[in-house]
Amino acid sequence: MIMSAKDNFIQVKHLYNRAGFGISYTDLSKLSKKNINKVVDALLQNSKKDDPITLVNDSESKRQMLVQAGLYSKKDLTDEEKKMRREIVQMQNEVSRDLNIAWVSKMINTETPLREKMTLFWHGHFACRNNNPMYAQQLNNIQRQHGLGSFRTLLIEVSKSPAMLQYLNNQQNKKGKPNENFARELMELFTLGRGNYTEKDIKESARSFTGWTYDKDGTFLFRKNQHDDGTKTFFGKIGNFEGENIIDIILEKPETASFISRKVYKFFVNDNPNEAHVKELAEHFYQSKYDISELMKKMFTSEWFYSLENVGTKIKSPAEFLIGLSREFFVTYNKPSVLIQLQSSLGQYLFNPPNVAGWPGGQNWIDSSSLMLRMRIPSLVLNDGEIDFSGKADPEDEAVIALSRTATTNANNGKPKSYVNANADWTKFLDTLPKSLTPLELTEFLLQPRLTDKIVKMVSDNKGLRSTAVEITSMPEYQLC
Amino acid sequence: MDRRNFLRNTGFVAAGSLFVPAFMKPLEAMALDELSLYKNLVVVQLSGGNDGLNTVIPFGNDIYYQKRKSIAIKPEEVIKLNDMQGLNPNMQALREIYDQGWMTIINDVGYPNPDRSHFRSMDIWQTGSDSNQFLSTGWIGRYLDSNCQTCKFPYTAIEVDDSLSLAMKGQTKKGIALKDPAALYRNTNDPFFKAMLQSDKEHLDEDNLGYLYKTMIETQSSASYIQNTSKIYKSQATYPQSGFANQLKTVSKFISSGLKTRVYYVSLSGFDTHVNQLNQQGNLLKQYSDGMAAFLKDLKTNNKLEDTLVVTFSEFGRRVEQNASNGTDHGTANNMFVFGGRLKKQGIFNAAPNLGDLDTGDLKYQLDFRQVYGTILDKWLDVNNADILNKKFNTLDFI
Repeated sequence: MIMSAKDNFIQVKHLYNRAGFGISYTDLSKLSKKNINKVVDALLQNSKKDDPITLVNDSESKRQMLVQAGLYSKKDLTDEEKKMRREIVQMQNEVSRDLNIAWVSKMINTETPLREKMTLFWHGHFACRNNNPMYAQQLNNIQRQHGLGSFRTLLIEVSKSPAMLQYLNNQQNKKGKPNENFARELMELFTLGRGNYTEKDIKESARSFTGWTYDKDGTFLFRKNQHDDGTKTFFGKIGNFEGENIIDIILEKPETASFISRKVYKFFVNDNPNEAHVKELAEHFYQSKYDISELMKKMFTSEWFYSLENVGTKIKSPAEFLIGLSREFFVTYNKPSVLIQLQSSLGQYLFNPPNVAGWPGGQNWIDSSSLMLRMRIPSLVLNDGEIDFSGKADPEDEAVIALSRTATTNANNGKPKSYVNANADWTKFLDTLPKSLTPLELTEFLLQPRLTDKIVKMVSDNKGLRSTAVEITSMPEYQLC
Repeated sequence: MDRRNFLRNTGFVAAGSLFVPAFMKPLEAMALDELSLYKNLVVVQLSGGNDGLNTVIPFGNDIYYQKRKSIAIKPEEVIKLNDMQGLNPNMQALREIYDQGWMTIINDVGYPNPDRSHFRSMDIWQTGSDSNQFLSTGWIGRYLDSNCQTCKFPYTAIEVDDSLSLAMKGQTKKGIALKDPAALYRNTNDPFFKAMLQSDKEHLDEDNLGYLYKTMIETQSSASYIQNTSKIYKSQATYPQSGFANQLKTVSKFISSGLKTRVYYVSLSGFDTHVNQLNQQGNLLKQYSDGMAAFLKDLKTNNKLEDTLVVTFSEFGRRVEQNASNGTDHGTANNMFVFGGRLKKQGIFNAAPNLGDLDTGDLKYQLDFRQVYGTILDKWLDVNNADILNKKFNTLDFI
């Protein structure tokens, strides 16, 4: 197949939409001149850099945790101590929100888009909620650091992170009194998928993870006296398996490569997996000894990745939608907390997945209210409009709501009106575009689905690029990538 | 799928134009028998884990007073319902409702291996899953998916809120969230929105894009139907000033104006009372009771109480013993309330919680919450609960 310049333009744009958070017109024009395989190589190359989030101050967090632990162990607290305990929780909640904003801003401004996109993928795969922002940041950094490396290393690091150990109750997993939560989710959601293991495999492997816990500083700790070092039978093998051995046995099973490849395919290619393509990926992934970069390269250089049924057909996640829009138009949020309100209203509040299975995605993102909201957000963000909606109260915030509730006056349900208070940098945006660009060409650039006659007609009588941009990003077609 | 099929499957086939769905002309489309006895369900969610033991107080049990030294409600303050249980004094408004036989209290509702996380337990209640199972659809959403006789319209389930709860999301069908029918009507009649929907037949056979357009069309049609049906109705009733009462007032308006909606969903949050519980919970229970009483009387006046069933739940109850901050911590089983004009068993449905037989300080559940759902699905919404709940649950005889 001979590629025309236009085909290459579409391919590079598609690659950057899926592997990153979109692309500027300037970069796109530059990269479209290159062979797509070279573009993929360069993308992987420039995403080698790992730049962790360092917002949460470890020593301050540790100090707070020590105080907190002290207060929790006391029976009767003085009013002063109760106040202190409340203040620590409040501080943690505040820092957790800052962490969310720090990551969203990082994604908006990143120069290593694939690495951030992988972090977002693993964030949903190893879904976890933790009220302690230090632990949450640590897990996020693990997912970023190993997100393009060895899946084995990633899996072990995640399994040993305080955030996950706590979330899946592994501190309660002790010799003679096993808690199977972690072992179950490890196999059901993180590696093999339902149907590829037995209840006995869960019971036996849970014993291998007894004693996996962490110390006060948030460092992994293997408590030998809580560990069951007896013989275990796991997938027909018999031995004194430790946690790492269990993970290795799981990785020996090709079903793991298949499960991860299918999930990657659904996230990056299409909600409805083509099993032949998944098989191709899984075999390559398995042979590469679970090298995630190899898997991604294989996928991005496959011809089918760019085939018609895979371009402009996926519903953007709320994160992809918000970050893509903000990135494209160089949006600054003067009141960054609005980013949290938007995430929550759209149904994807990062660091707060619905459960350990993560966000279901695809058409689950869309219902009448979330779609109406998505179609209004571009005009709100790009034209700084007033928000007259709000997300649901997060269940974890109920205690705060309980404290702040007053008896009668609650006519708007405790949800004050607010403004987006954001600025799009139109000058900068327009500078990325060629001077001669027509509204129709801008539309072709901003939308991934093929243009219909109706859209062509709608934009052809448009006055300028700026109003065209607002109109296009408000279309249902803009919800797809 | 070709366009005709797409339209047929979404219930859009109508005489005349393909783009004028049947429900746009409600009176013509409706058979006369559908106009009477149209059964509604209203789900009321109390978010945060309401303390059931200080809501329906087991004043006849000494253990309650031993475990709750500083936050127990004194026997003389309790609104006594029998010689064991009574209502929190802030629920005075429900006394009359209870005496009318419009209220049933179901004690100790829960599920095996209870989860104490707000998020997870709410997830379980909304999806109707087991505690180690993760479902991405809600129980009402699956009722919509079942494509039954009673659930064919996109406005079959309405949540009075800005965003839609998981409970209301099915695989192929979802409820609709709206706070203000006029605002939604305005938004869907915005020139841009209308232009997007104009003659866009070419998209409707594509997977995801088709789904987006289908959602837009349904939203627009539903918004028109809801607005046009309900705007003429003027409520005579007085409701208390609260966000919760406003939600109920909207629901009453919809029910009383004859909207063909089956399920309504409203919520009240703030029940996570770890600290200084008495005032906070008292205020919330007052808001709840005053709102509910006004709502039920309003329905009665409009002859709709017979056709309405209201069910209230919270994601968990709280531990039997209070904590050191004059509050309570996350627990397990809890009571549920059912209201309506056609209750089969009125008053207190089953035995009061057994405070002498606890599971490490927590109430043991007597009834699975899915038995309550199952009863509603079978006996009120006329579907087989096994189709919705993935296994058959024995029904109860409160309706």
